[in-house]
Amino acid sequence: MSLLEVVNVYKLFVGREVLKNICLDVRRGEILSVIGPSGAGKTTLLKLMNLLLYPDRGKIFFDGVDTEVDEKRRRVLRREMGMVFQHPALFDTTVFNNVALGLMIRGFPKKEIEKRVEDALNYVGLKGFAKRKASSLSAGEAQRVSLARALVLEPKLLLLDEPTANLDPANVLQIEETVRRVNSEKGVTVVIATHNLLQAKRLSDRVAFLWMGELVEVGESKEVFENPKSERTALYLSGKVVY
Amino acid sequence: MAGWEEVFYGLVKAVELIFSGDPDVVQITILSLRVSGLATLIGGALGIPLGALVALRTFRGKTLVVSVINTLMGLPPVLVGLVYYILLSSTGPLGFLRLLYTPEAMILAQLTMVLPIAAGVTISSVSTIDPKLREVAVSLGANPLQETAILLWEARVGLLTALVVGFGAAISEVGAIMIVGGNLLGYTRALTTAIVLLTNQGEFVEAIALGIILLALAFLVNAILTLIQMRSRSSLFAQTYTREPQFKR
Repeated sequence: MSLLEVVNVYKLFVGREVLKNICLDVRRGEILSVIGPSGAGKTTLLKLMNLLLYPDRGKIFFDGVDTEVDEKRRRVLRREMGMVFQHPALFDTTVFNNVALGLMIRGFPKKEIEKRVEDALNYVGLKGFAKRKASSLSAGEAQRVSLARALVLEPKLLLLDEPTANLDPANVLQIEETVRRVNSEKGVTVVIATHNLLQAKRLSDRVAFLWMGELVEVGESKEVFENPKSERTALYLSGKVVY
Repeated sequence: MAGWEEVFYGLVKAVELIFSGDPDVVQITILSLRVSGLATLIGGALGIPLGALVALRTFRGKTLVVSVINTLMGLPPVLVGLVYYILLSSTGPLGFLRLLYTPEAMILAQLTMVLPIAAGVTISSVSTIDPKLREVAVSLGANPLQETAILLWEARVGLLTALVVGFGAAISEVGAIMIVGGNLLGYTRALTTAIVLLTNQGEFVEAIALGIILLALAFLVNAILTLIQMRSRSSLFAQTYTREPQFKR
């Protein structure tokens, strides 16, 4: 059964269609990679999934619930997801406060916040970083804090928007390993938007290829990478699409 | 004619006045602090949320509103005093309040100057926050109130600057409180109005002494606010957020 369903979704920005008739389901417990060149609409699709944007047409269902409801209800649904953005966007405070923010918003008791933040930081390999200022972190560490900030909420759905873009290989591996563990140990469903094909290959159960706002192909990772059905997918995978 | 000699004697006199605990000087200093402090607190309490609202919301005429606030940041104190004088005088529309020549009228006049400063500096501080942080706050599940609190916290250094600038403008202002306060000894005489009076009387040493006390007071308050500003960068903000009841799906 699907955890999230995107049904015939269109999204327009200033009259331009950035997403056209997207139909995509995210299955429970899977890692789905959304691949495609820059400007394909990956970030917009993830923001729609995180209910940060409204589709102009079409519907999105999360956990069987139609998300076209009032903002209060959408917030309740959004609180069951965690999102990591391409840029870590940390607040000008300590690592602890950054990771704890979502729990504070939800009104968790102090003791539980401390326990969960410690666990989340350990999980992303940042033990002992709680008191550090966010501004003193390297790009890789900041992105791992951003990941911990999402994981601490124990989301049903983890949305990752180019989480390793511009990071060094060691941090890329660390983040990929964490994502894999979260998925296998905690059963968290993951959607990752990436233009790193090797990363998509390493991580995904299924792959969705977005191109100029259209969903060209969706399938099992092995299938898409080895026997793409669409010519455009084949061109992109062979590096012949300029982006 | 005042010269360096008066400045030197003014310094000596200031030290003398501070340590002698002259009751008039103490009363004038306390009144100055009370009037400007309350004007800054109330002006900040109104101006900061107003600035945040303008900065965070999108609405028609926003540019005009920001321009008006920026213009009001430079309100001439004498004009404020004159307007309040007309409003509060016994024949004026607010004459029935009987506020003219009271400390409350002085607070009102200074508050009118502090409010646009607090709002203007808040708009400028909140507007410089990375828009991605706002998206992160919403993504984490913040409701509009929590989102505003988070962003105001992020702009906290700028907000304290708003208070510092507002207090500076209030404590150093003379035109408005002179008109609406009347400079009555023991009741509405503040440090700045006392300095004007002493200067007019040719009492330069005493005037300079009060000027130095005024400067020291402004320095003290600014030093405290700056200290808070620096400490706030690393303090925890667990209490900043209001709890929201959990909604059932």
